Amino acid sequence: MNIPEHLHYTAEHEWLHQDGEITVIGITDHAQGELGDVVYLELPEVGSEIVQGESFGVIESVKAASDLYAPISGEVTAVNGDLEAAPQRVNESPYDDGWLIEVRPSRFADEQDTLLDASAYRDLLA
Amino acid sequence: MNAGQEHPTAVAGAGAGAGAALLPAPPLLFEQSVPGRTGVQLAPLDVPRSAPLPDELLRTELPLPELSEPEVVRHFTNTSRRNFSVDQGFYPLGSCTMKYNPKINDQVANLPGLAAIHPYQDEATVQGALRMLWELQEWLGEIAGLPAVSLQPSAGAHGELTGALIIRAFHEAAGRQRTTMLVPDSAHGTNPATAAMAGYRSRTVPTGPDGSLDFAALQDALDADVAGLMITNPNTLGLFVEGITDIAAAVHEAGGLVYMDGANMNAMVGVARPGDLGTDILHFNLHKTFSVPHGGGGPGAGATAVTADLAPYLPPPVVCRDGDTYRHDYRRPRSIGRVRAFYGNFNNAVRGYAYLRSLGGDGLSEMSRLAVLNANYVRAALADHLELPYPRICKHEAVFSARLVARDHGVRTLDIAKRLIDYGIHPPTIYFPLIVPEALMVEPTETESKDTLDHFIAALRAILAEAAATPELVRTAPHSTPIGRLDEATAARRPVLTWPLPDGGSPRRGK
Amino acid sequence: MLASIGAASIDELFADVPRAHRFPRLDLPDGLSEQEVAALFRGLAERNGATDTHSCFLGAGAYHHYTPALVPHLLFRSELYTAYTPYQPEVSQGTLQTIFEFQTMIARLFGMEVANASMYDGSTALAEAALMAARLRRGRTTIAVSEAVHPEYREVLATYLSGIGLRIVTVPFDRATGCTEPAAVAAAIDPDTAAVLVQYPNFLGAIEPVAELSEVAHAGGALSVVSADPVAQAILRPPGELGADIATAEGQPLGLPLFYGGPYVGLLATSMRNVRQMPGRLAGLAHDGDGRRGFVLTLKPREQDIRREKATSNICTNEALIATAVTIYLAALGPAGLREVADQCYHRSHYLADRLGELAGMDRPFATPFFREFVVRPPLPPAELNRRLWEREGIIGGLDLGRFDLDLDGCWLLTATELNSRAAIDRLVQAVPGYPDRTHS
Repeated sequence: MNIPEHLHYTAEHEWLHQDGEITVIGITDHAQGELGDVVYLELPEVGSEIVQGESFGVIESVKAASDLYAPISGEVTAVNGDLEAAPQRVNESPYDDGWLIEVRPSRFADEQDTLLDASAYRDLLA
Repeated sequence: MNAGQEHPTAVAGAGAGAGAALLPAPPLLFEQSVPGRTGVQLAPLDVPRSAPLPDELLRTELPLPELSEPEVVRHFTNTSRRNFSVDQGFYPLGSCTMKYNPKINDQVANLPGLAAIHPYQDEATVQGALRMLWELQEWLGEIAGLPAVSLQPSAGAHGELTGALIIRAFHEAAGRQRTTMLVPDSAHGTNPATAAMAGYRSRTVPTGPDGSLDFAALQDALDADVAGLMITNPNTLGLFVEGITDIAAAVHEAGGLVYMDGANMNAMVGVARPGDLGTDILHFNLHKTFSVPHGGGGPGAGATAVTADLAPYLPPPVVCRDGDTYRHDYRRPRSIGRVRAFYGNFNNAVRGYAYLRSLGGDGLSEMSRLAVLNANYVRAALADHLELPYPRICKHEAVFSARLVARDHGVRTLDIAKRLIDYGIHPPTIYFPLIVPEALMVEPTETESKDTLDHFIAALRAILAEAAATPELVRTAPHSTPIGRLDEATAARRPVLTWPLPDGGSPRRGK
Repeated sequence: MLASIGAASIDELFADVPRAHRFPRLDLPDGLSEQEVAALFRGLAERNGATDTHSCFLGAGAYHHYTPALVPHLLFRSELYTAYTPYQPEVSQGTLQTIFEFQTMIARLFGMEVANASMYDGSTALAEAALMAARLRRGRTTIAVSEAVHPEYREVLATYLSGIGLRIVTVPFDRATGCTEPAAVAAAIDPDTAAVLVQYPNFLGAIEPVAELSEVAHAGGALSVVSADPVAQAILRPPGELGADIATAEGQPLGLPLFYGGPYVGLLATSMRNVRQMPGRLAGLAHDGDGRRGFVLTLKPREQDIRREKATSNICTNEALIATAVTIYLAALGPAGLREVADQCYHRSHYLADRLGELAGMDRPFATPFFREFVVRPPLPPAELNRRLWEREGIIGGLDLGRFDLDLDGCWLLTATELNSRAAIDRLVQAVPGYPDRTHS
């Protein structure tokens, strides 16, 4: 199971990568494996606000659909438009080409305690 | 009905399977179309032609296929031969009650006096139809132990919606605002979907270690916001819900109502009346329990039965009797309102009524007893080969888990299901209920002989042996069908849901 | 069998059922042999006056049309008739290909991009379309519906919307034309309106100005939902050309028996951009590992078995066999055959209207173009008229509109199709009191 050390994780099987003022969000290798072939994503619009713990989108595979829960609050600054034509990127490259959205966090200092590091996420899956 | 005699049968080898007789694909109707052809002639127009409608109201093209009568007959005959059906062989699709459908039901349903009557005919001209509907209401009520019945719902989920809206109306009439519907984690997807359509938030109640509803968890969940519980009994594990009367009492104590999903009534007729067990509302799936052919996915019929207290909420009209005459009663001021136009899937009610009259009370009770016998026979015969997540006597269906097969041999339930096709058997329901990993849900029904059950048991054992010895054979099944496993991911990513027009354009024009 | 289960008797298999309620005696009739069942049903059927032997002028959502012999012949093939939902595509290509062909034909008939695999009937298809429109216009909670939509459809709509608390605004039809006026719709909608629902032709037979109504709906940010008569679509401009966002229909007129109201089949079509909010099943094109073409159920995460409480609908079992009948019917008729049916409806109903118009005291309250159904106000109450027609002539007359809350007491809704011969129409006209007070010379 691929769990890169430098990322943050959530119990909802999402990862976060802090890149200066921007945080990139995606789903983990474990999550894509459980879902199976991803066929469709419903992602928020750039400029919209997401709120920690609330649904910000939907990810569908052939036989499952899951809500995507916001791991942190903030403004959406970018959405991975490639996924519309090639949702399989989430399966093929969950931590790289298969990223979902970029967010400018609004309450990161308050919210970061809820995030897991790689080792804690590994324990969660064990 | 036939419980069969004792004698073992050999298992047909792979290749002689359900798919062996299935032909290659006929081209689509659209690919066969030749301009100018038609398959039907009408009587000539024998009235004067009227002034035509203004041009701006008229369409200019109607891109439907053009075929001759023999072409149409060959097309659908050959297309149909790429199906597997109950009339061809064993179809143990759990939760769906794929029993044999006696042909007399269809014959009588198509008598002109029952098929060629208009829903708005004067009631005096349809007394035979109304009498039949009234009797069916009465007898379904007797079976349910719930006296008031609506035949209007068109299918099980439609009956559920009717029931959930009755629950809403019941609470609103009492001035209560309740927003939660309790749904077991083993429930059919229709239950939470129905609750949502009726404006309820679903709250999931877990299954206990014995496979029944976890009573302690139910008590924890019961509060003043709970409108009702939607429960299936026997549940989707094929198990009778033990403590059902206590469960019902607890829900009632909390001011809620008990809705029973009657998808599994094939185990219950003459066994126990849901009303006696504390159910307030029940839907029947006439297409399951009362042997209406399933038609490739309907039409069904979802009669809904309720207690006398809830009768005023049923959709209008309900058929009633005044002496020797029968009529529709539309005066139902407290009703939830209609759930569809006219009176329901009448022609399927005819089939259900015919089945009920054929079997009679004793026959229907025997039906449920033999359905349960057959399921337990399968359960016992495979208990040493597949995991039984809840190893106890089941009702009309047995739920197995292939978790260990997947772990040990990398052969999943889906693979086993596909391989069954090569043995001439329709796969059981798989991956449901959701709480059983790698689930296989087998519902043999009462109309299968012991020979058929033995063939199924031997086939499954053979496949499990193949899973250990030649797992790739199973993982790439089926091998006897004209097509292999289809790429569902690409189909969903780039959905093609209609055949394109010859010019490649969209049928949506003029905008 | 019991020995291998380890039970001494079948009764033992029910030990978990509460003893007090186990094995109740059911007060049901005794079973009958097949021969007795056949006789029983002959008796029941004989007590109904059927449209195969009685001339019938009823419509109002259920129409008698000619069913070509090949339709029932093919429909009762066991492979189609006794299969279930095509969960296993390798052994269900017959059903799946037929659904795909059905979806294509329905989409083309309505001039839309995609149709689903069926709903229960025309009324529930319209109600589901309203729910779908509310999802597509999230935040808007009102549905505007024309009063000239079938009253029973409007009742079903009210039931379906009641659960989640959507509001209904009814737009009255114009008393002079029998149509829904665009201005009335404009006055009725506001920024909370998710959709405008009309019927085409409407319940009173009138051909609604759908293009204008759609424009008004769109101007208010609402969707246009049209419940259309599928036979009329053979000649009328389809909803897709008239700005409709969702088209629904009762499929029964496409060659299905009357069945005393069901089973029928609900049709629902829309644009591809709305497909993920569509209720019901969809079949799609797919290929296997060797590149062979096949069909699968697709876009399944919209549905209840996967999405559960967030599904687009709770519908599971639909009307697949009736959809199959419709597919066979349309394949057999083709565009020429369906146009011929529609033409005959048009000319025969107009002949009937013209002949009735010659009678004294027979008014036509709405002077609007119609397709195969129209309203007249006869000189005596429709119920009385119907009774006379039945008792004296064995004719099943028109619909007494007084049974609905439409302010149309004394009005009579009449239909003629290709099954109403000139002789039968003349017989009806001659049996109406007033004849031959003012006959044509």
